[in-house]
Amino acid sequence: MKKYWSFFRMRFLGGLQYRAAAWAGIATQFAWGFMSLLMYRAFYDADPAAFPMEFPQLATYIWLQQSFLALFNMWRYDDNVFESITTGGVAYELARPIPLYAMWFTSGIASRAASAALRCVPVLAVAFFLPEPFRMHLPSNVGVFLIFAASLIAGTCLTVALQMLVYVSTFYTLSSMGVRIVMMVLSDFLMGQLIPLPFFPESLRRFAELTPFAGMQNLPLQIYCGTVSGSAMTQALALQMFWLGTLVACGALWMRRSLRRVIVQGG
Amino acid sequence: MIELSHINKTFRVARRNAGLSAAFRALLHKEYTQVQALQDVSFKIADGEMVGYIGPNGAGKSSTIKVMSGILTPDSGTCLINGRTPWKERKAHVREIGVVFGQRSQLWWDVPVIDSFELLRDIYGVEDAAYRQNLEEMTELLNLSELLRTPARQLSLGQRMRCELAASLLHAPKILFLDEPTIGLDAVSKVAVRDFIRRINAERGTTVLLTTHDMQDIEALAGRILLIGHGRILLDGALSELQKRHSRVKRIAVEYASGRFMPYPGLTLQSDEAGHAIFTADTSLLSVSEAIAHLAREAEILDLSVSGATAEELVLSLYEEFHI
Repeated sequence: MKKYWSFFRMRFLGGLQYRAAAWAGIATQFAWGFMSLLMYRAFYDADPAAFPMEFPQLATYIWLQQSFLALFNMWRYDDNVFESITTGGVAYELARPIPLYAMWFTSGIASRAASAALRCVPVLAVAFFLPEPFRMHLPSNVGVFLIFAASLIAGTCLTVALQMLVYVSTFYTLSSMGVRIVMMVLSDFLMGQLIPLPFFPESLRRFAELTPFAGMQNLPLQIYCGTVSGSAMTQALALQMFWLGTLVACGALWMRRSLRRVIVQGG
Repeated sequence: MIELSHINKTFRVARRNAGLSAAFRALLHKEYTQVQALQDVSFKIADGEMVGYIGPNGAGKSSTIKVMSGILTPDSGTCLINGRTPWKERKAHVREIGVVFGQRSQLWWDVPVIDSFELLRDIYGVEDAAYRQNLEEMTELLNLSELLRTPARQLSLGQRMRCELAASLLHAPKILFLDEPTIGLDAVSKVAVRDFIRRINAERGTTVLLTTHDMQDIEALAGRILLIGHGRILLDGALSELQKRHSRVKRIAVEYASGRFMPYPGLTLQSDEAGHAIFTADTSLLSVSEAIAHLAREAEILDLSVSGATAEELVLSLYEEFHI
């Protein structure tokens, strides 16, 4: 376990040094957060009863989304991995007594964690002190918060597990652009990045909730806001764990298969 | 103990002709050709040996190293290294080997070198005491004390290569594979790297297999050489024996004022420019004094020197002999 921890720490500390990117990110997150809130505000003014979430819940959802964007966004990849595959640097990683899957997985989690750690503190700090109704609220009790935290971690793992499939596909295609764009569009929509899942039409929402994407951003945030609770929450958490297990197993197997026929190009 | 027998590896390479129409055709039907990277490669290397692996670009040197480090799976054949098949027991196997790919880096580029070393220590699970002793030794031998706190991206190539060597030896591997460790280095760094490799081999008894295009590396390091061309092992022998076999060829450098050289059996003109001519003389056909007498008859000689074939020329003549 120590090797994974050391590797995590190195990638995490490495990620923390990108401070300028973090400041730019924070500014973007605030701009986005306010814009979305003002837009929803206009809709809510027209007819507050027509929406599935109360406005304070929605504000909380949006600020959480902005704080933890780095954990779930599917346009963020570990460039080291792509470079390692296309330039053949992967040769060194294969010459280490550590499974490649675990190494890349750890790296992905660490760089997301570092990026989110830099951004979430200022965003959350400000969001808690905004005037009503735009301010962020605490969860209803400590239990909810703990479940939220656990599913936030699971959701991050799920995101990385999905990306691992993209990495492995690069062994075959060498350029992952196409797969990445498809993934990005699907995930933005299905994990509640564009609009929260409760706003979807009923049938589409039920479908979206079955996909692995629902376990990424949607579930932890809805747990925090209290829009999912009780047996629906238990079911959703079980589904999240199911997808996590399935995607990790698929990715690891696929990687093992593709490494058997790997060609390290150039010299 | 390294033992390869009848290793074969084929790569599929996509080919098409130049031009737009050929590119469109390739969209529908891609043509592949099979490239035999390794054909029936067999050799044995005993513990503590230092072997030079030579051959032109694309001959299969790196592929062999990759097979032996468990990165590539060959199509057929067996490879046993300390009793293990690299690609089947990858994790147990790589614990006992160190690899340096001269053209790639294993150091994490944005952190100080020492951080990379410590991460490698944890990855290989090296005991703290052993690690510290090892690091001290490496630091002294390779003169690293100044470099350890520098981020890898700011090192010069020579400095980086010294760190790469140290990095691949921190877990005290029994076998070290070096794939072009001196590529691109200046003369001073090359000598430092060579001295270091020699000491590691002598003091720790580490088995070393190195590929290189630098014949001075071979002269300085390898008692035994393996020659590979077109994926086949063509020659396996002691460097000194090869040199003896080729020592019948002498090199004669001539500086002359006027005259022209006529062909003469056993004497081959290698180059002739601005009053400097270089010949190789085959001493089985004519004696050195005969050669000198012939040259003196043809031109007015200002200066003349005779030397044996260098490792460089030896390899060139081997490449010629085997048509690779």
